[in-house]
Amino acid sequence: MKRKEILRKYEAKPDNLLYILHDIQDASPYNYVTEEDMEEIADFLKLPYSKVYGTATFYSMISQKPRGKHVIRLCDSPPCHLMGSESILDILKEELGIDVGQTTPEMLFTLEITSCLGVCGVAPAMMIDEEVYGNLTPKKLRKIIKDYREGNV
Amino acid sequence: MKNLEELRKLREKAQKEIQLRSKDARIKVVVGMGTSGIAAGAREVLKAFITEINQKNLTDVMVTQTGEKGMSSMEPIVEIHEEKKPVIIYGDMNPSKVKKVIEEHIINGKVVEDYLISMEEK
Amino acid sequence: MAHRLNVLVCSGASCISNNSLKVKEAMLAEIERLGLNKEIKVIETGCMGPCQLGPVILVYPDETLYKKVQVEDVREIVEQHFLKGRPVERLMYKSPLTDELVHKSSEVDYFQKQVKIVLANCGNIDPESIEEYIAVGGYEALGKALTELTPDSVLNEIKISGLRGRGGGGFPTHMKWMFTKNEKSDEKYVICNADEGDPGAFMDRSVIEGDPHTLIEGMTIAGYVVGASKGYVYVRAEYPLAIERLQKAISQAKEMGFLGEKIFQTDFSFDLEVRVGAGAFVCGEETALIHSIEGKRGTPRPRPPYPSASGVWGKPTVLNNVETYANVRHIILHGGAWMAEIGTKTSKGTKVFALSGTIKNTGLAEVPMGTTIRELIYDIGGGAPEGHEIKAVQLGGPSGGCVTPEYFDTPIDYESLTQLGAMMGSGGVIAMDETACMVNTAKFFLDFTCFESCGKCTPCRVGLKQMYGILDKITKGEGEEGDIEALEKLGYTIKATALCGLGQTAPNPVLSTIKYFRHEYEEHIHDKKCRALVCKDLISYEIDADKCKACTLCAQKCPVDAIRGQRGVVHMIEQEKCVSCGSCYDVCPFGAVQRLSGEN
Repeated sequence: MKRKEILRKYEAKPDNLLYILHDIQDASPYNYVTEEDMEEIADFLKLPYSKVYGTATFYSMISQKPRGKHVIRLCDSPPCHLMGSESILDILKEELGIDVGQTTPEMLFTLEITSCLGVCGVAPAMMIDEEVYGNLTPKKLRKIIKDYREGNV
Repeated sequence: MKNLEELRKLREKAQKEIQLRSKDARIKVVVGMGTSGIAAGAREVLKAFITEINQKNLTDVMVTQTGEKGMSSMEPIVEIHEEKKPVIIYGDMNPSKVKKVIEEHIINGKVVEDYLISMEEK
Repeated sequence: MAHRLNVLVCSGASCISNNSLKVKEAMLAEIERLGLNKEIKVIETGCMGPCQLGPVILVYPDETLYKKVQVEDVREIVEQHFLKGRPVERLMYKSPLTDELVHKSSEVDYFQKQVKIVLANCGNIDPESIEEYIAVGGYEALGKALTELTPDSVLNEIKISGLRGRGGGGFPTHMKWMFTKNEKSDEKYVICNADEGDPGAFMDRSVIEGDPHTLIEGMTIAGYVVGASKGYVYVRAEYPLAIERLQKAISQAKEMGFLGEKIFQTDFSFDLEVRVGAGAFVCGEETALIHSIEGKRGTPRPRPPYPSASGVWGKPTVLNNVETYANVRHIILHGGAWMAEIGTKTSKGTKVFALSGTIKNTGLAEVPMGTTIRELIYDIGGGAPEGHEIKAVQLGGPSGGCVTPEYFDTPIDYESLTQLGAMMGSGGVIAMDETACMVNTAKFFLDFTCFESCGKCTPCRVGLKQMYGILDKITKGEGEEGDIEALEKLGYTIKATALCGLGQTAPNPVLSTIKYFRHEYEEHIHDKKCRALVCKDLISYEIDADKCKACTLCAQKCPVDAIRGQRGVVHMIEQEKCVSCGSCYDVCPFGAVQRLSGEN
């Protein structure tokens, strides 16, 4: 089982908890951490389940709900906001047919708002998985979504 | 890494790679690489300068290129730029002449009169 | 044979998001096609600075700066410039003042007033090459410190330099290190706070992506001074490229013996590890960060004890920001006195700022302390875009405050900015023009801090929410007499009672906008007016009968069918039905739709 393989890489020390959560989430086809995952981690690290749950839910990048193959994180911090991230958000909602925090029915995209991506020089910007896209315009955005839909990335 | 001595040796070697980005070159060799220059063999002259300068380890000499200068009949043309001195312009250059320019002019500061076609006050 | 041209392609995250890596691939292919690969070296560097000119390419030794290079432009550059020696003028940088081509990057106005110390190598070397780092003097400082200086003498140089924490606190670095050094413990740690969460800040990201070894060297020297043998760099998960480059750099350093056992054949051993965050702004607070490294929820705790006495796993820990560490090797190489010559009496050295918002030149700029805000915003930043005026700049992100033009001649240093009600912060500078509503901006920052509050202490958890509620009311046209005073009272109370820096500084944007833009708050409350036309609920739309050509476009677009009119008959918006979505305004080709606020 993939989970066991991941756990085997680590020493059973509590300070590896966040690393393990990251790893398990990355290995999951739906980009999230399940209850069973958390139970097994708790056993492995000899921690109460509540501690694992409490830590997993504290960090916004760890999800307890299944997410799409590609997680779109739109930056809505002041510099991006000043440069029009709101209209980019409107277009994203329109193109994907979902709201923030939701996933498209075919489980391809999840839409999230993130805090500053640190590329304010090319605002408005977004991150899809680990790729950053800046200087977004409606046209550029539509092309990016199309490329992901057609598997051209 | 054993000690600072070893680090410094490594640095000298690595500096050659980034030499082009350093801003303090004592002498700048500018090779005219316009179409006529290239047709007359400027690329070989350029390569010869680079090879020779490398071999002689002249870390304060930079080689660069520029476009058409206009004196097509005298191509390939090489300009030697040095602070506080007039620009020396050599014409009709070829790879075999490069060594002399480097040894006499660049290293020893003596203009090679035979190859000189012009001097420009800056 | 050495190369005759070095082509530097900026691959800071901003340029990468603009396709700079594809441009680099295209360039390599073209150079190969023309058989020039032995003569021309293409190098990926870290952030060069002027982000909105990206993708940026710098050609040495000519010093030609190409801006906004696309894949389609590559063939022309390689054929015309590299092969034929004719720089491609249409892609070269032009001075916005004279409109003339700038032939050398060193003459570009953006770089004129900058003094690059922390950013010295960014945009100049390949961050994935330890050899290039060594070529520019890398690891010399570490070697010198370990083999020629004692920990005390290194500490003394830091003291003379006057280096203060660049994360925003401005605490004297030598004192922090001294406290940790003086603790008696078998285990000590050095931590780097690279959880740059401030919106509008990207200095640390650029340094890690562009010059990771400078961070490694600085931390190792810190370890030597305080007696630590292990270090951690806590990087936020939103910076995958920085994480990758740093991990690569650490492996390279280990391979060459700059990290690990008996460095430079001395008794000093030091190991470094990267720890990744998971999307929690509060983890930028030192005690929260420590808890996160320990695998726990990132909540802060009261201090004392300070990390220098009891930090990660209860052991003495030095915790500094990326930029602080990046200054260290320069201080050791040139001496503390050298740095003390730069800056002002109380704030020595340089500071890296990230310029963003409604400003012409967005990007990174490093200036000596004491440079005025005006010089930063106008001489380097280029001022507001054509036809706009800068109304205020936010300094210090969500913990800072705004500064208005009348104070732009203030020199930048820790004390003078605090006096203005702003803050040096980590270096984020967000420019706002007349289209920004200061009440909405304050609400925005508060929304952020509210969301990021860890929830542990009541003043922050409850207090910020209350403040947000009032601001939300005001922006929706439901503000009442007494709201401003309530915001002030809440704000000062939270500042005085919150457990950590997040709560203690979160009210700052609200308090400073009230201080300098009270009139906007009053207009929102009493006149139901938003002069910047941002707050939707305070904007009404009307059709100017003189301009309306009765084309029916607006009526077609209106989602709630609130526009009456037909071809040939001037249109009218029914105010009771209108939801202020602005579609009619966006679509009218004649500019006949007017946006009004507060005109009752």
